[in-house]
Amino acid sequence: MSELHKKEMRAVYTDNLIKYGKKNKNIVVLEADLMNCHGTKKFRDAYPTRFINCGIAEANMIGVAAGLASCGKIPFAASFSPFATRRCYDQIAVSVGYTKMNVKIVGTDPGILAQNNGGTHMSLEDVALMCQVPEMVVVEPVDTVSFDKLFPQILACDKPMYIRLQRKTTAPIFEDDAKIDLFKANVVRKGTDITIVASSIMVHRALTTARSLAEFGIDAEVISVHTYKPLDTDTIFRSVKKTGAVISCENHHLIGGMGQMIATALMENDIRVPFGMIGISDRYGEVGNEKYLADIMGLTEQDIYDKAEEIYKKK
Amino acid sequence: MEINRIKQLNEQADLIRKMSIECIANFGSGHIGGTSSIIETLTCLYYECANIDPTQPNWADRDRIVLSKGHAAVGLYSTLAAKGYFHKSELLTLNQNGTNLPSHCDMLKVTGVDFTAGSLGQGISAAVGMAIAAKMDRKKYRVYTIVGDGESQEGQVWEAVMLAGSRKLNNLTVFVDNNGMQIDGMCDDICKVAPFEPKYKAFGFKVVTVDGHDVEAICNAIEESKKSKKPTAIILNTIKGKGVKCCEGTPASHSVAFTEELFKAENTGGVLNI
Ligand SMILES: Cc1ncc(C[n+]2csc(CCOP(=O)(O)OP(=O)(O)O)c2C)c(N)n1
Ligand SMILES: [Mg+2]
Repeated sequence: MSELHKKEMRAVYTDNLIKYGKKNKNIVVLEADLMNCHGTKKFRDAYPTRFINCGIAEANMIGVAAGLASCGKIPFAASFSPFATRRCYDQIAVSVGYTKMNVKIVGTDPGILAQNNGGTHMSLEDVALMCQVPEMVVVEPVDTVSFDKLFPQILACDKPMYIRLQRKTTAPIFEDDAKIDLFKANVVRKGTDITIVASSIMVHRALTTARSLAEFGIDAEVISVHTYKPLDTDTIFRSVKKTGAVISCENHHLIGGMGQMIATALMENDIRVPFGMIGISDRYGEVGNEKYLADIMGLTEQDIYDKAEEIYKKK
Repeated sequence: MEINRIKQLNEQADLIRKMSIECIANFGSGHIGGTSSIIETLTCLYYECANIDPTQPNWADRDRIVLSKGHAAVGLYSTLAAKGYFHKSELLTLNQNGTNLPSHCDMLKVTGVDFTAGSLGQGISAAVGMAIAAKMDRKKYRVYTIVGDGESQEGQVWEAVMLAGSRKLNNLTVFVDNNGMQIDGMCDDICKVAPFEPKYKAFGFKVVTVDGHDVEAICNAIEESKKSKKPTAIILNTIKGKGVKCCEGTPASHSVAFTEELFKAENTGGVLNI
């Protein structure tokens, strides 16, 4: 098992910033009073002149990042996912998107991972919002190993980007020898009967469910998506054409989420197969631990199982 | 103020602080630092100065109290429970799965909470809206809001202050919890927003600075604000984590995980029977 699985996502973030920041002097790290929550203090200590704690002022942080980018810097600006996105959406749309600034916006504890911070801190819509910004690349690494491999690719891509990050330890999906391409989804389990396309914390749940489905004679193929936009529809289409049924699983609202993006792509390409979605219906978050929130919002393995069975039977 | 009344208010504040510590310890962790720095202010408002009635939480003419720094919700919930808005045993459900008492104050879930907060910078704008509504309806109620010093780095805070000043909202009192600290350390080191006095003055506020743990001084400042022709800012010089032995006066007080030993050492006497 990869050593990286013992590491927290925020440590992979900070260590990569330091590692690449050593060579690339344009890397600048911005925080809005959550340095201690993101562990970027280590970067501040290594490169104090390239670290800016903007205080609790996310909209200003995004504007400042845009200005830095216009002068050739590569700013990474982080906050909890609702504050990094919906709190400063117009600043993102105008100062980062419209101007095509190379700003990396980092949103942490996405979806139900906000847990006991509750509804005000729970972004169930950030992927939808950020995908709406023209040309914005929207990425959510599914585990620490893949994030470590994605980091240099993220750095090399000069587009505005939203990086949605689990903050702590992640359920292991990939091993050190995995091939991770920023713009390609990964088939993480081969199967023939139904395709399960998953992202975020749902990839691990999908894999576990696939094993249960196998016991009942349903052989599921699981695709792990880390880039929502541009979405790797080639990999998804290839799988769906083979299996003839598909469900999506995401830690996000169904409205404007990955499932709807997949459905639209399938329809547009005349791929008509039974289709279902696992995600969060039209509601706000609330306090609770991850398990409780997954239960009440329909993100459990049982929910995936039931949906997969229902869709498979429609074939 | 009578010596006896001061003593009573101090005892009440002490009790509410203990309730807050127990409430957080019962869940395991929480924002004790910013909670304990405003306990005296909450006590003065709910026990002495604000025109409220726990038996009529939705009374149209009540004074409004908006905790803009919503992460200090436990302090507000403890005060409301002590006042009888709901039973204090409910405090033990704080932050539990399915609770009606979430970590950040919620007007739709908690009886007596006048506005929801948690995303910093927004409560004060709602308070300004309430103060304008009172003027429109020629009502006599006042609006009080408590804002963090770190929170005051949000530009929205100053947008609200600007509007309140230009509309001469003398029915509005803004408390600034000037504990000097935010999550990442000292406010002055991170992004200096102080001094507050000249800023509020420049925006047309009457400004009073008090020791935020001195109930008599807080009450006097509130009474003064009721007579003002301008909106009032009361700058509360406070200690983050005040009265919490394990973390008083440190940035680490922001959010504390209470082990059993740590909680025992607080010696709260089991005011919630835990
Ligand atoms: C918009 C927004 N950004 C960030 C946070 C995360 N956060 C919660 S409390 C806090 C620090 C608040 O500091 P201050 O206002 O001084 O509060 P106090 O010291 O009284 O606890 C931060 C950054 C938040 N709740 N809302
Ligand atoms: Mg503070």
